[in-house]
Amino acid sequence: MQRLFAAVVTTVVPEAARLDATGWTDLERIVEQALADRPASLRRGLKVFLRLIDWIAVVRYARRFSALDAARRARLLASIERAPLLLVRRGFWGLRTLVFMGYYGRPAAATEIGYRADPRGWEVRR
Amino acid sequence: MSEAAERRYDVVIIGSGAGGGTVAQELAPLVRDGRRVVVLEKGPRLGDAEFTGRELEMAAALYADTGGFLTADGTMTLAFASVYGGSTVVYTGTSLTAPERVIRRWSVPGLDHADIVTRSERFAAQNGVHLLEDSLINDNNRLFVEGGRKAGFRVEQFPVNVQGCRGSSLCNLGCPNQAKQGTNRVQLPRAEREGVEVVTRAEVIRIGGDRSLLVRVAARPPGAKGGPAEWPPGEYRVRARTVVCAAGAIGTPALLLRSALPARLPQLGHGFTCHPALVLVGEHPRDITNDVGHPKSYFVDRAAEDGFVLETCMYFPFVTAKSLTGFGASHSAMMRAFPRLQMILLLACDRAVPGNRVGVDRAGRPVVHYRFTPETLKALARGTRAAVRIFFAAGARRVHVPADPPLITASEADRLDARVAARHFLPGRVSISAAHLMGGCGMGGSTADSVTDAWGRVHGLPWLRVADASLFPDSLEINPYLTIMALADRVAECVRAEVREPVNA
Repeated sequence: MQRLFAAVVTTVVPEAARLDATGWTDLERIVEQALADRPASLRRGLKVFLRLIDWIAVVRYARRFSALDAARRARLLASIERAPLLLVRRGFWGLRTLVFMGYYGRPAAATEIGYRADPRGWEVRR
Repeated sequence: MSEAAERRYDVVIIGSGAGGGTVAQELAPLVRDGRRVVVLEKGPRLGDAEFTGRELEMAAALYADTGGFLTADGTMTLAFASVYGGSTVVYTGTSLTAPERVIRRWSVPGLDHADIVTRSERFAAQNGVHLLEDSLINDNNRLFVEGGRKAGFRVEQFPVNVQGCRGSSLCNLGCPNQAKQGTNRVQLPRAEREGVEVVTRAEVIRIGGDRSLLVRVAARPPGAKGGPAEWPPGEYRVRARTVVCAAGAIGTPALLLRSALPARLPQLGHGFTCHPALVLVGEHPRDITNDVGHPKSYFVDRAAEDGFVLETCMYFPFVTAKSLTGFGASHSAMMRAFPRLQMILLLACDRAVPGNRVGVDRAGRPVVHYRFTPETLKALARGTRAAVRIFFAAGARRVHVPADPPLITASEADRLDARVAARHFLPGRVSISAAHLMGGCGMGGSTADSVTDAWGRVHGLPWLRVADASLFPDSLEINPYLTIMALADRVAECVRAEVREPVNA
């Protein structure tokens, strides 16, 4: 499951492939914390949704999601994102939200993208 | 329940935001006359130094469900605070008065626009509302003005209630410099100085028909922000002569729905609206000042003509990432362009329609049922096209919006109708959020069309009042806090006149 999740993360945020061990630990800690605050049903739903992604990959490409190349992974997730069923679309939306939280919730990511907001405001920018 | 756990008050106010904070201040003179008034706030009371501006940390400390409260079908995020001061802690301080056409359309017997204006002006003065001086306006806002005017829109400046703003841009994470004049800075401290009690971490579980409230006071979780509750943790039976519900457009209807109230209120929970909003970004060829300075200084109001409002905005890395459509390379490219991003918040003016309502689940927790109407989706598409025109007129080289593909370059500006259409706003795919939550206990003439009268009195239960945005019978079409304060002031005026003798004298 961890390998599958990592494959989803690096498809949603390609730069995540360059994260070192500390970066991954930080990302996973944020995701785990977010899930810990949510109902158990949501955590179960997330696992089921990850398995669904893997299952679709096998049906469509005869390979596990984590074994697909980057382009096929992206195409597969894009098709899920536009699925006719709302349940599927919102499942993906929830998953990508978690991934974004884990990746961009890290102070290191904020620095990397050039986000510089500071409580001191103009004082440190003029 | 033990005898010690029972408390008696003349007035209990549930919630401490724009509504509850206002009622607390306006009822404070009663305390001088020997009456007992208490505010019960579910969230904690944070110390000034605890406002760090760090995104996830502050979202967890200030927002209900850390800002991730979803509608029942999971297609929209509803942001509302749970803290001393309520959502006035996390707004940007923009202070507009209700439009006359909206109050006329509400057609609530006994509510007239002139009264709302008079009261709004009083609170605007009290909160130091003014136009931000030019030297504090950042590039993100200047480009909106410049692009908006070039694109043919009437751009207006927001009056804001900040005093001594240092331009942290972190308003939505609670001002780290206490510049924003929410009820946590103005009305609640004033009420407390005059003897109104405020109990934080105090959740009202239900209200009984005998005017008693079951209240659960929580202990401060280890490591959490905020001080301990003012009462020892545990359950309390709080008896009151008058109960004022100001727990917000989700909290108040949910509380009344799970309470055993001896009145038939068929409209309770109905009429929910929320200004569904999208964050749109345009990339400029050079760095601009965007994450410094007050984030929301200007707007374009097309509510009456086109059903949308555009506002300047600036969000934080995670919220920005979540708000953009899609994922992968094009999404990352925009995130990496953060210092060059201009941001616009698009708000659709939705209308109260059957089916959009607040309910409760079996455990009594709030559930918001909301479906986007075709009109709302069309307004989002129209608003997006207008925002794109502003971005390009301001000099952006490309924009990222709900389209397929989401990146639109300046060379495509003449094909916007084809590139941005209502079909691209697929619920569950596009990140839509809302922070102006309204309705659920609408004002009106009778139980057939409403929950309260024009003074917030619940039909059939004269001791029970509502004083928050749940009173709105339909969308307000502007930022709501001054109107909430004006309506809460009306409620307080009535309560002041009615509360004569203390129960426990």
